Amino acid sequence: MVVLAFPMVDADAILVEKMRAGDEAAFREIVRRYQDRLLRLAESTVGSRAVAQEVTQDTWLAVLRGVDRFEGRSTFKTWLFNILMNRARSAVHKESRAGRPDESVGDERFDKNGAWVSPPEPWSDRVDDRIVANDLAVRLRELLPNLPEQQRAVITLRDVEGLSSEEVVKMLGVTEGNQRVLLHRGRARLRALLNEELVS
Amino acid sequence: MTAIFGRRRRAIVCRDAVALMTDYIEGRLSATDIARLEGHLAGCPHCTEYLAQIRITIDALGYVTPQDLSDEAVNDLVDLYRNWRSEA
Repeated sequence: MVVLAFPMVDADAILVEKMRAGDEAAFREIVRRYQDRLLRLAESTVGSRAVAQEVTQDTWLAVLRGVDRFEGRSTFKTWLFNILMNRARSAVHKESRAGRPDESVGDERFDKNGAWVSPPEPWSDRVDDRIVANDLAVRLRELLPNLPEQQRAVITLRDVEGLSSEEVVKMLGVTEGNQRVLLHRGRARLRALLNEELVS
Repeated sequence: MTAIFGRRRRAIVCRDAVALMTDYIEGRLSATDIARLEGHLAGCPHCTEYLAQIRITIDALGYVTPQDLSDEAVNDLVDLYRNWRSEA
């Protein structure tokens, strides 16, 4: 099967069309593309691997049942993530999870005058090209689970998956402002975690 | 007098600069705040470095790829597909 590498959206659309027509290999490819991402996203919302597995399985069932009604008005990815996040959010309500509050990023980084206590050490010698971006990406995949759940969900949807803030706000049921706060804290946290590895 | 007061009000410290950075990257800052932040960055290598590191982090996040699945994990889901096909 030929899968166009670019643009991704078109490749997805072709796969969905084939899957609808009964092409098992196309479905297999969609699973390979999305299953791990769905699991991680679900986990970032429900906070448990086992519940995330259930939610993800449910999502695939809903995809199969609903794919005939998918009209391509959004991308397949956005449609799929919406289905997942709807289910993940109702799973959270069911489990009545005690929400882990987002602690604010350390003001202890600054003195009483608002200046850096210990200024950031330069990364420039260590990260200077695209190969390094790939190395950092591998580290970031390992570091993402350290983020509080909502931050992880927002960072994953915005910065890893490249969805728009409008899409993410709808998917997570948060306000635009709250989304930016989560993004701000999540990025700051990941930068700090990367920094520990790069500077030590 | 007013001018001095105004200038003072416009000056921001590192903590404020860092707090503005996400809105800056997201294109959500007012022109006034952009001027404040960029004014601060022009004179502050530490915040400039911090912003660069945040951008490197965002850029690298765009390279995060999913983990490969085991054949078993794929096959479990293909079973769902086969059931759906046979019901259709």
